[in-house]
Amino acid sequence: MPGAASRVCEPMAAETLETTPGMSRLTGPARAGALRRWWQPHRVVLVLVATVLVVLMITTMRWDWLPKYSDRLLLGAWRTVWLLALSVVIGFLFAVPLGFVQVTGPKFLAWPARGFCTLIRGTPLLLQLWLLYFGLGSLFPHMPAIRHSFLWDYLRLSWPYGLLALTLSFAGYEGEVMRGAFAGVPRGELEAARAFGMGRFTTLRRIWLPRAFYRALPTLGGEVIMQLKSTPLVATITVVDVYGVIAQVRQDTYLVYSPLIFLAFVYMCLTGVLVLLVRLLESRMPVRGA
Amino acid sequence: MKLLMKLAIAALALALPLSAAQAETIKVGIAAEPYPPFTVPDASGHWGGWEIDIMQAVCKAADLTCKVTPVSWDGIIPALKSGKIDMIFNSMSITADREKEIDFSDKYYNTPTVIVGQESEHFKPTPEGLKGKILGVQVSTVHEAYARKHFPDATIKVYQTQDEANQDLVAGRIDATQADGVAMAAFLKSSDGKSCCDLKGDVAPDEAILGPGVGAGIRKGDTKLKDKINAAIKKIRADGTYQKISKKYFDFDIYGG
Amino acid sequence: MGIDWHLLALSPPGWGGMLLRGLATTLEVSGGGYVVGLLIGIAGAVGKLYGGPVSRDLWECYTTAVRAIPELVLIVLIYYAGTDAVNRLMAVFGHQAVDINGLVAGIFVIAVVQGAYSTEVLRGAIKAVPFGEIEAARAFGMSSGQMLRRITLPAMLPHAIPGLANLWLIATKDTALLAVVGFTELTLATREAGGATKAYFTFFCAAGLLYLMVTLVSNQFFGIIERHARRGQPGM
Repeated sequence: MPGAASRVCEPMAAETLETTPGMSRLTGPARAGALRRWWQPHRVVLVLVATVLVVLMITTMRWDWLPKYSDRLLLGAWRTVWLLALSVVIGFLFAVPLGFVQVTGPKFLAWPARGFCTLIRGTPLLLQLWLLYFGLGSLFPHMPAIRHSFLWDYLRLSWPYGLLALTLSFAGYEGEVMRGAFAGVPRGELEAARAFGMGRFTTLRRIWLPRAFYRALPTLGGEVIMQLKSTPLVATITVVDVYGVIAQVRQDTYLVYSPLIFLAFVYMCLTGVLVLLVRLLESRMPVRGA
Repeated sequence: MKLLMKLAIAALALALPLSAAQAETIKVGIAAEPYPPFTVPDASGHWGGWEIDIMQAVCKAADLTCKVTPVSWDGIIPALKSGKIDMIFNSMSITADREKEIDFSDKYYNTPTVIVGQESEHFKPTPEGLKGKILGVQVSTVHEAYARKHFPDATIKVYQTQDEANQDLVAGRIDATQADGVAMAAFLKSSDGKSCCDLKGDVAPDEAILGPGVGAGIRKGDTKLKDKINAAIKKIRADGTYQKISKKYFDFDIYGG
Repeated sequence: MGIDWHLLALSPPGWGGMLLRGLATTLEVSGGGYVVGLLIGIAGAVGKLYGGPVSRDLWECYTTAVRAIPELVLIVLIYYAGTDAVNRLMAVFGHQAVDINGLVAGIFVIAVVQGAYSTEVLRGAIKAVPFGEIEAARAFGMSSGQMLRRITLPAMLPHAIPGLANLWLIATKDTALLAVVGFTELTLATREAGGATKAYFTFFCAAGLLYLMVTLVSNQFFGIIERHARRGQPGM
């Protein structure tokens, strides 16, 4: 029946990164049915066309640089991954108090937090990154004592600045998300906690923070995936992540298409893995109608 | 809806100016960074410097109008190959690797390659002297290729622009940088350069990597432009324009041997 | 080590004028990219909602690809590989290589990225339009184009505005990435000025203030538009 087919097709076709029909959640016959529905005639044709394109690319473009650079590419990918992971974890740790203090806190804490979030969200990440690296770098000659301090070995490197910029950026954006999450927890629950005689810190620990966290979880998952897209910027301050390695390949080989296509493919794979991880995390968290 | 599409297509079509492939006006690509004394931007966005003056003289002698087009250095050869610019005129050394991709005009200058390092450290510009040191170079230059081949024990940091490498040298993030002698002389004369660093010396010669000199980059097969530029370079050297311009900036002969 | 205000003067030897020119270029590229991106987004949203299965899948590939690949990689890909491909196509059809000037290339790049995001925003907004209004339009015998122009687009506007406001801010910040391909907008102008004067801190802070001003003014502007679009609707 055409009506039923369109109702089935609509959600299937309206796949997005977040709402791809959770085929992993279906089991047995339901899963087989969903799989069969996905493989419609037009999809088969499109997949064939895509395969032909991929084969054309593999045969007509030069890929001889891949083996030579494979170890550097792996190292670069690893750099991308740990920059992402560290900036997300540390940034989130900062984001929670940033968001919280804007909802409850005294004005002298809330206003700087709001100012920080506005500053981070209102300026490009590239500018923030260059400000930290070149701006701070231009201050070092005026502070000769710093060369003898124990920090100097770290201040000389590039990746701390990249990590700092990514962390501050994540904290700024997620601070705003957490602010919305904290403000959105129903007042009634907090009042009930008060009625039970819970102290302020206990309320925070048992009610407010978990509820806000679960509210924010879908958005946070998407934001972690977006953070991956910010990581290549660190290549502009000499941190050699996977983008930096491909930039090196482009310089050495003067190839236009294959390095960039390979890089796009690498990022799509990384994004795919991240999406799976985020969905795995979400399925394990008890999100009871938050 | 159809009208909207028509308007959009018309707007896009008008916005794509078709260039006539005449040799009247050519776009000359330079790196969008300050590289004293060769190319220096001023506050109003105009580019000056010895290389810009020589370029204008060459263009005048070749009866061409040259439009200075800044692009990013690491994309300058792709920009030439894809037609975004017609000529590269920014201290690009003539090397065998590059000649596989683009053509070069005859050389218009040749200067030694030097290493500049922190004043507080004393080392020679040799592989032993640079062992364990952090050396900064600009991406996609002969200096990067040379450093990778001759200084394997040094940590090589690659920058988008030589200016950034100089800045990090001043900030103390790197121990040394390898670059063109004249550009480094200008850096050492500046207040930042004077206070932090000094010249360590010339590097050992390696003509295969460093090349016989600097030439203008031209697309492969654009022999018409190449001949015009070569004739123009000969002309300005013969009639003294080259020497007149160079005297304004240098007290030595930059044409080199 | 204070801030040398003379460096920021509007006319040479101050570099303020160069920063402002960079800001103008940034706004031009953001504006052009945003508008063309919106046009792509309308086509994409319509294609995803009302198009056939092939059209839906192709638009889905486009939006997924753009949302999975970092903007920096997309910008470099489109700026170098894209313009090279366009020139090769022109050569195949016998035309001379089209000289795509930097501004157009920048707008094209930003538009492609914006198109994917605005497809999603507009699709969500169109879905929020009460279906009864669409049915009524069909009952009146309006053609698809008329329905789109008279009913769908105006009705979905209030739902789309927060997303569109966010997209504008993303567009202005994504233009900073064009600095990596050597296109002189505000961020690259700032680095050039900093490089020429060595006063990096001063110029980056000034550029940050300029971007912040753009953000704050845009927020006010979109707030006014949203209030106007939501007039007559029950209070939020």
